[in-house]
Amino acid sequence: MPEIKVTPLGAGQDVGRSCILVSIGGKNIMLDCGMHMGYNDDRRFPDFSYITQNGRLTDFLDCVIISHFHLDHCGALPYMSEMVGYDGPIYMTHPTKAICPILLEDFRKITVDKKGETNFFTSQMIKDCMKKVIPLNLHQTVQGDYNMTPDRHLGAAWIDKCRPDILISESTYATTIRDSKRCRERDFLKKVHETIERGGKVLIPVFALGRAQELCILLETFWERMNLKAPIYFSTGLTEKANHYYKLFITWTNQKIRKTFVQRNMFEFKHIKAFDRSYADNPGPMVVFATPGMLHAGQSLQIFKKWAGNDKNMVIMPGYCVQGTIGHKILNGQRKLEMEGRSTLDVKLQVEYMSFSAHADAKGIMQLIRMAEPRNMLLVHGEAAKMEFLKGKIEQEFNCYMPANGETTAVTTNPSVPVDISLNLLKREMVLGGPLPDPKKPRTMHGTLIMKENLVSSEQALKELGLNEHQLRFTCRVQLQDPHSDSDTLHRIYTHLKSVLKDYTIQHLPDGTVMVESIVIKVSSSAEDANAKVLLLSWSYQDEDLGSYLSSLLKKGLPT
Amino acid sequence: MKLYCLSGHPTLPCNVLKFKSTTIMLDCGLDTTSVLNFLPLPLVHSPRLSKLPGWISKDGSINLEKELKECAGRVFVDSQPEFCLPERELLDLSTIDVILISNYHCMMALPYITEHTGFTGTVYATEPTLQIGRLLMEELVNFMERVPKAQSATCWKNKEIQRMLPGPLKDAVDVWTWKRCYSMQEVNSALSKVQLVGYSQKVELFGAVQVSPLSSGYSLGSSNWIIQSHHEKVSYVSGSSLLTTHPQPMDQSSLKNSDVLILTGLTQMPTANPDGMLGEFCSNLAMTIRAGGNVLVPCYSSGVIYDLLECLYQFIESANLGTTPFYFISPVANSSLEFSQIFAEWLCHNKQTKVYLPEPPFPHAELIQTNKLKHYPSIHGDFSSEFRQPCVVFTGHPSLRFGDVVHFMELWGKSSLNTVIFTEPDFSYLDALAPYQPLAMKCVYCPIDTRLNFHQVSKLLKEVQPLHVVCPEQYTQPPLTQSHRSDLMLELQPPPMPYRRCSVLNLPFRRRYERVYILPELANSLVPSEVKPGVSVATVSAVLQSKDNKHTLQSVPKAPPVAPSKKRKRVMEEPPVTMAPKPLLSGAVPLEAFLATLQKHGITEVKVEETADGHILHLQAEDTLIQLEEDGTHIVCDNNEPLRATLRDLVLRFLQKL
Repeated sequence: MPEIKVTPLGAGQDVGRSCILVSIGGKNIMLDCGMHMGYNDDRRFPDFSYITQNGRLTDFLDCVIISHFHLDHCGALPYMSEMVGYDGPIYMTHPTKAICPILLEDFRKITVDKKGETNFFTSQMIKDCMKKVIPLNLHQTVQGDYNMTPDRHLGAAWIDKCRPDILISESTYATTIRDSKRCRERDFLKKVHETIERGGKVLIPVFALGRAQELCILLETFWERMNLKAPIYFSTGLTEKANHYYKLFITWTNQKIRKTFVQRNMFEFKHIKAFDRSYADNPGPMVVFATPGMLHAGQSLQIFKKWAGNDKNMVIMPGYCVQGTIGHKILNGQRKLEMEGRSTLDVKLQVEYMSFSAHADAKGIMQLIRMAEPRNMLLVHGEAAKMEFLKGKIEQEFNCYMPANGETTAVTTNPSVPVDISLNLLKREMVLGGPLPDPKKPRTMHGTLIMKENLVSSEQALKELGLNEHQLRFTCRVQLQDPHSDSDTLHRIYTHLKSVLKDYTIQHLPDGTVMVESIVIKVSSSAEDANAKVLLLSWSYQDEDLGSYLSSLLKKGLPT
Repeated sequence: MKLYCLSGHPTLPCNVLKFKSTTIMLDCGLDTTSVLNFLPLPLVHSPRLSKLPGWISKDGSINLEKELKECAGRVFVDSQPEFCLPERELLDLSTIDVILISNYHCMMALPYITEHTGFTGTVYATEPTLQIGRLLMEELVNFMERVPKAQSATCWKNKEIQRMLPGPLKDAVDVWTWKRCYSMQEVNSALSKVQLVGYSQKVELFGAVQVSPLSSGYSLGSSNWIIQSHHEKVSYVSGSSLLTTHPQPMDQSSLKNSDVLILTGLTQMPTANPDGMLGEFCSNLAMTIRAGGNVLVPCYSSGVIYDLLECLYQFIESANLGTTPFYFISPVANSSLEFSQIFAEWLCHNKQTKVYLPEPPFPHAELIQTNKLKHYPSIHGDFSSEFRQPCVVFTGHPSLRFGDVVHFMELWGKSSLNTVIFTEPDFSYLDALAPYQPLAMKCVYCPIDTRLNFHQVSKLLKEVQPLHVVCPEQYTQPPLTQSHRSDLMLELQPPPMPYRRCSVLNLPFRRRYERVYILPELANSLVPSEVKPGVSVATVSAVLQSKDNKHTLQSVPKAPPVAPSKKRKRVMEEPPVTMAPKPLLSGAVPLEAFLATLQKHGITEVKVEETADGHILHLQAEDTLIQLEEDGTHIVCDNNEPLRATLRDLVLRFLQKL
């Protein structure tokens, strides 16, 4: 029985460094190749040594598919392809291909140039890696031994009722059921507004692309409406570039933005200006979007250090933070942070958490599952405890797995065997079967399967294989006492059979025979006794059941 | 399988394919050449046009002064221009299941088909096709509605009167079916029925057939379509190009192994080389500007104009045209320029890589930024105050019958300094210019048609090798004006099947097989036996389930165990209900071996008699005859069921069951 094997190399019962190996139909496919933001050691990347201890991955992997440009889904790509070694195809959508190298380069700069780490991929490696990428359209089918259909990222997630053998889903927000988006937005604006009113500063750590643009649009319109004067800054040099990307890839965004793009570019902001490092010390209220999103390095961390001591200020975390990052610590209520060089930082500013992240919540995941009706469900990219909770819910309706990293889940599949059926046979069968199937009276159809070829009718098979047909016939003599003339006897047989066999065609032919379907019945009387009749029943092997039945029926005699 | 041909225009096709219980419309092109018979619609009052004399027949018997006007010896209808629609009587349009659109030029009749006909199906098109098609329709509606004309001329359509008119009006066909332009509301309603598809996406239609668009290289999002079932494949090729312009290159290999290839939309200018025309376009443009004249380019708002602008972008500096203003005037000019930049995944590789930088894929963004190219919705408003001469104006409609182009023809026609350069191949430039005669303006005709020419298409067909080719009859003979050019026609073996408007073709197609799925349980129970080396057969007895055109075979359900009740006896007497057919038999019964087997079963008294075809065995104790022949066995016995059954099984041992 064919099998699908799924092994997470990262993000098994954990958040970050999403990387899943799938073996299907003799092919090995890697889904995502992400990195973990919370670690600086080996645990940063997925464990590729699971695939092979030494040498390149090309021989073991048939392709890599990247779902989207977040670093926890594509951050390890240059490491895998250039440092471990992989030359096969990497598939992603056009916008992902455009944005992914920028985020990778950005991250490389922070890690290598600022933190001074070595043994990390270089700019050239990112470029070389991106050369191996083949961009795809949504719904485009890749020719080969497997099919895949990427789905729209910024439009709402949609999944057909495809009844897959296995559905692999992230479960970052496995236990959260978020209130409506509008409520969250209102809440967010209210908090920002209150802080500004009391003269505080608001820090919003974000990743350069993604939700940041959505939040910018939100604040921009709010500032416009409320006529606010406090400055809003976006702290990365990428802003302009990022917005440019958004414009060029506008067909991948949601309907509303697409419709209005000719009249008004949603990504040209009036109130949001580029940030300069010196602005952080300016007096008075301000809002700053700074990268990266989990406060683990870079500008957002620098600003955080500056503002942390003032309780008028606020930091709003708009997304999930993985373990080990400062973001994660402060969200868990830690108020004293140990910084590099043994110094500690007192956190006095307000910490707010707003889930604007794109990850699906429990309700969303359940909706997707019900839409797809998978035979099996596999959870990744979530914390073990929260996953357990969701697994419990799913298991009420579906099979559910949540393997740890390096742990293989095997699912057997049971595919139907496609064969080609002769159109004549099919049409004949469909006509005989009638327009509507009758579940109580299934019709049996009969045919011959020629292996490596088609299902044809038996006659055709004989012809195609050059075999002769062998006719097997039976003729049975039945003795009967019936004081009538031969022709009357025959007629009595006819009426008798007519009354017993309701569903069969029975004919009284002028040549002195009765035919039941293709079984021939003749009557003759012996010379000695005109009342002793001999019935001759003749049938071929194909009518064996009916013939046998008739002979025993007639043996019992005719009703008087 | 049948093909209904609703349009006679080879590049604006409209065909309906009936294939495996589905009815699929392939394109719905709108033949707009009919508007050439109408008088232009000026944006501002034109004293010249309004003073044209009305037409009265020579003998004075027919007076159509109000409807027909005469200009330079030709007669024009003075009315809202009308279009020649696809045939609507050949088949019931409400039975159409889906419409497949190949490119935005071939969907202009959509509202006539989907609205007011009872159409309830789905239209499939790519995203650029939908968006740009919408722009072109919007532009058309806008052109018409901007200059409403109260009068609707109908008298001239009277058969008796039309016969008396001078040509080409006299020869116009089906004039009664000509229709005015649709409204924006109808456009919106029609386009709301469009479902977006991407290249190579497979769309299932009712489980019976699968359709899939392929890149055709002609325009943004333009596609050819594959319509196939598991065993049959029809390719629909419409408006394809092998030239490297802005769209994604044509996907040729997927057209291979077609049973039927429907070929439409070849170049309308088989003798004009697009590159040469582009060069001529640039040099004429530069010459006119240098001489202080203006250049008018009547064009569609999307398509070749992107290539013209790109060509000019490179040409402007070298030709010293840096200060010459370029204007693009259309109600959808801005949208067209903006939209062209956001369809990266539909562009050729060079342009696609630009967006990763990120840079706009088309250089006209830079022309706009540097103020070299300006676009306006119409000649009214901002344009009138910012307009400087000499200049270059791109504007529609290429028929010169409506749109802003009419104004420029009236404005610039009188001066020989100015030039009008025709680049669109859809209209004969002489016919287009007819209502403006006499004209002092220079006219240059450099039609740019990037679609396949006859040389390219025969090479393509040689490569993809379809079994049969169907094409418009125009492609099966050389053009009328160049009847000696046998290279300007399709020569194929077997010859292509030609169609014309209102043809119904029976496509030569024999369907022999259909796909059926054997459920795993049944598949496991099959016992293959090898009848020849490498060929195995297995008999299949199964229940056929057909649902949504998908067929599955499943095991025959086991009869429920007979309830142990009084009825049992009666059950025995019931005639066999589940008539499981017996397999066919094959092979022969060898005499010696059979006799030996009989002996083993206690039948010893056998008298063998040789006959012409085999042997007759007389089983004396049982008074039974067995006739053994090469291709048959006949058992004649008394009504002794156990004996008969034994003999039957013994014979079956020697035979193969199928």
